[in-house]
Amino acid sequence: MLNRPKTQEQVCRECFFTAFEEEVHQTIVDNKLFKHGERLAVAASGGKDSTVLAHIMSTLNARYNYGLDLFLLSIDEGITGYRDDSLETVKRNEQQYGIPLKVVSYKELYGWTMDEIVSQIGTKNNCTFCGVFRRQALDRGAVLMGANKIATGHNADDVAETVLLNILRGDVPRLGRCANIITGEDSSLPRVKPFKYAYEKEIVLYAYYKKLDYFSTECIYAPFAARGFAREFIKDLEAARPLAIIDVIRSAEDFVFAAASDEKLPQPRTCERCGYISSQPVCKACVLLEGLNRGMPRLGVSRTRGRRGEKAGLHPDVGRGGGGGSSGPAEVASESAEAASTMPAERQGGGVAQAPAGGEGGAAPTTAGCADDGLPRFEAWASGAAGAGGQTAAEKVARAAVRQRGPVEIVYETT
Amino acid sequence: MVKVKIEFSGGLELLFGNQKQHDVDVPVQEGKQELTAGHLIAWTRDNMLRERPELFVKGHTVRPGILVLINECDWELSGATESTISDGDVVVFISTLHGG
Repeated sequence: MLNRPKTQEQVCRECFFTAFEEEVHQTIVDNKLFKHGERLAVAASGGKDSTVLAHIMSTLNARYNYGLDLFLLSIDEGITGYRDDSLETVKRNEQQYGIPLKVVSYKELYGWTMDEIVSQIGTKNNCTFCGVFRRQALDRGAVLMGANKIATGHNADDVAETVLLNILRGDVPRLGRCANIITGEDSSLPRVKPFKYAYEKEIVLYAYYKKLDYFSTECIYAPFAARGFAREFIKDLEAARPLAIIDVIRSAEDFVFAAASDEKLPQPRTCERCGYISSQPVCKACVLLEGLNRGMPRLGVSRTRGRRGEKAGLHPDVGRGGGGGSSGPAEVASESAEAASTMPAERQGGGVAQAPAGGEGGAAPTTAGCADDGLPRFEAWASGAAGAGGQTAAEKVARAAVRQRGPVEIVYETT
Repeated sequence: MVKVKIEFSGGLELLFGNQKQHDVDVPVQEGKQELTAGHLIAWTRDNMLRERPELFVKGHTVRPGILVLINECDWELSGATESTISDGDVVVFISTLHGG
């Protein structure tokens, strides 16, 4: 017997299963998430949401005859002690549900594992890298499997946390997109969130009662993530008033942004380096990789002022936040994190507010302009990197001076 | 003394010596007739927790995000911290606070 947070009903186990499955089915039908004959890549990490998603999708696909071709897609970020264990769970899921599995790793796509990235850049902005890379990795993996849609296990709690994070950062473009159940519907690889209205509590109880096998450890770098604060707040809200989670999502769905902000929204184009979809000439993943490969870990994370950018021989737009583009507020956030480094450690949080596991918003990639296998051609430009990285002694002194001075007013640069 | 079977899941077992199942004898609180779930939580924190109490308890109850089942039933139906725990009951603590 349990108490359903969304409806405050008391239901027995069997009725709970029925109600939960029916609601997900209704969500799928009402929002027209699928079409008969589509090849769907279910993003699977081995965690609670994606394991239940794999189970529910295969159940509903059979029961209601969606006619979907299902696959499991897993991303190996190269985090020892975390990802290698959860991948074992996904491999078991492959056996249990009879759904073929593909694993794509950061190492093969980008040449870097998360462990290597963290040893290079530390733990303050590593979530930025992971989120950007994972989003692209999911798209590339789906293309490799011939899928034409991706389903992620984002649940109601996740979406509510993302809404809050975007409000706290003033990230208007993301705020307008993050509560969408389908993102990139006009592209070749839309993403859907069948669990958008499903409470995390219910997903966990479903898995528990059905004895579904999932992996349940926190990413070892998670304690440093900004999302933790939003999560704590949402959990407290849920304890006080369970409907708050759904209400936050509904609020975000109803946001209407002033027309003026539309003009500043960047238009999608393709990355000059790898052909992935991007709002800037060079996509975020390529910018971040450039930074890693040149030993300039702040590249793409904090604002690159004109002179420094040109000195590094980069395209003038690389590393700058364009107009209200998605990289703008991100860089301001990091800048303020840097300037506020004298504030207590708890307030510094992590890097940019990226949505969990795969990200949201924007359209999906086109394969035009990619190498034959769709993988980024980073070898070419990575090998061209001369040793331009690192800070000069003068820059180090200036940076130390800023830190000592304490929190400063953030002045928005107009570019 | 009340015999309780406690189970930890969702990563919580890491706080309790990596052991999921525990059979314990819990004393009833002074002046009370029966063992309440709230008292069980406090007792667990004081006697079983190896480290990081803030990951298990918040105030007088479990940290928000941790589900409690008493004999497979959601404890919210029996009064949450006021729920009575009887001899032989099975109490499960499931954490939801990890990636999915």
